Amino acid sequence: MLSRRNPQLNAHGELIHLLSIEGLPRPVLHHILDTAGTFLSVNDREVKKVPLLRGKSVFNLFFENSTRTRTTFEIAAKRLSADVINLDIARSSAAKGESLLDTIANLSAMHADMFVVRHSESGAPYLIAQHCAPHVHVVNAGDGRHQHPTQGLLDMYTIRHYKQDFTKLTVAIVGDIVHSRVARSDIHALTTLGVPEIRAVGPKTLVPGDLAAMGVRVCHDMKEGIKDADVIIMLRLQNERMSGAMLPSAAEFFKSYGLTPEKLALAKPDAIVMHPGPINRGVEIDSDVADGSQSVILPQVTFGIAVRMAVMSIIAGNNA
Amino acid sequence: MSSLNLDAEALYADLLAGVRPLLQADTVLVGIWSGGAWLAERLQRDLSRPGEHGVISSALHRDDFNSRGMTAGADHTKLPFDVNGKPILLVDDVLYTGRTIRAVINELYDFGRPASVTLAVLVDRGGRELPIAAAISAARITLPKAQRLSLAKDDAGNFSFDIKESS
Repeated sequence: MLSRRNPQLNAHGELIHLLSIEGLPRPVLHHILDTAGTFLSVNDREVKKVPLLRGKSVFNLFFENSTRTRTTFEIAAKRLSADVINLDIARSSAAKGESLLDTIANLSAMHADMFVVRHSESGAPYLIAQHCAPHVHVVNAGDGRHQHPTQGLLDMYTIRHYKQDFTKLTVAIVGDIVHSRVARSDIHALTTLGVPEIRAVGPKTLVPGDLAAMGVRVCHDMKEGIKDADVIIMLRLQNERMSGAMLPSAAEFFKSYGLTPEKLALAKPDAIVMHPGPINRGVEIDSDVADGSQSVILPQVTFGIAVRMAVMSIIAGNNA
Repeated sequence: MSSLNLDAEALYADLLAGVRPLLQADTVLVGIWSGGAWLAERLQRDLSRPGEHGVISSALHRDDFNSRGMTAGADHTKLPFDVNGKPILLVDDVLYTGRTIRAVINELYDFGRPASVTLAVLVDRGGRELPIAAAISAARITLPKAQRLSLAKDDAGNFSFDIKESS
């Protein structure tokens, strides 16, 4: 049975949690992207709010800090008319020694309907989804090095918006791939949506060796990696995740893998440049590129709210 | 049960004639996705109204969200005019419980405050569960609850009716 293999789907194959893009069928991804299109236009209305989650409580559980992601989830939930509760969980219960599942049990007793979870441990959202009440839905807002599915989906929405057809594209993901849950979610989504050429570009220390097995072309040379690409996804150099000397220096990294106008000229003339943010100017991306005409970094942020509205409304409407 | 003989094209002609006296100079047509949108598109043309008709979806205001889930897909609301102060002629293929109309009126009000809202439908099949009535319906029929009636459109743009047994 499908639901036994994939805890995100119910027996009818409908999405009840969003934990990972891995294992989600193409129609589910398209349904999310189509629904996001509906929500994007809500911003043009006099009343920028729809009543789908009226009377529901969404708890933001950020065990790891991320003001931006938490804010976009909060805006998305509020535009769906949900009540949003932000818990400064890292500084309260967890610090007092309460276990993850005890925290969840307590919040469930406060009648939570949805948990949006960011955690430094891979798999924490799965654990919560397995132990919460059947009417409660869980959204993974980033777990360890594992997945960041809503970022992956908003990247897909952005690509579809500018490029329409996935099946003719070359997509280059550049930078610190080994630490990036965004890269992992993007690769799964791009593969499911039928992108014929996915490249992972970066130094040997930051590009995991198992990628070739996922059908990804590994390039350690930046010029080769972005040549004739339609889409370039730059990743942030994650200093806070870096333990030990995996890189000589940030300046050295920029010289080899930073996206400059000269390197961008090697991609297709209409290539788009994406970045999940926050960007490090002069480390992985040059200011002239980040602010240039091919950059779609800020539209990504706008699309992100519509995509999160789509995910929350779809899972809230499906029963376990 | 498909002995039911509904000529959608003949009914459309009746609807077209019935809608004319309802129109004011600044009335805008808004069709409910999907059957109503096709009707509004054709009425807009046949009535030589200026500009573009509007399309409205009930998806974001449905009262069966908790049981049916999120149904939005391609059916985005698109209103290419300011609804504030406008007389609105809402068009749909089939009027039944009235729940879609309730949802669509709420959707309309998210865009502003129209001067008035009038409803025109091709077929009124009875069975109302809300105090909603059409100003004009080209036909009134009674159908068993288990049957779903909706408009279909072929490649040439001709209308016909689809009757399905709902599970």
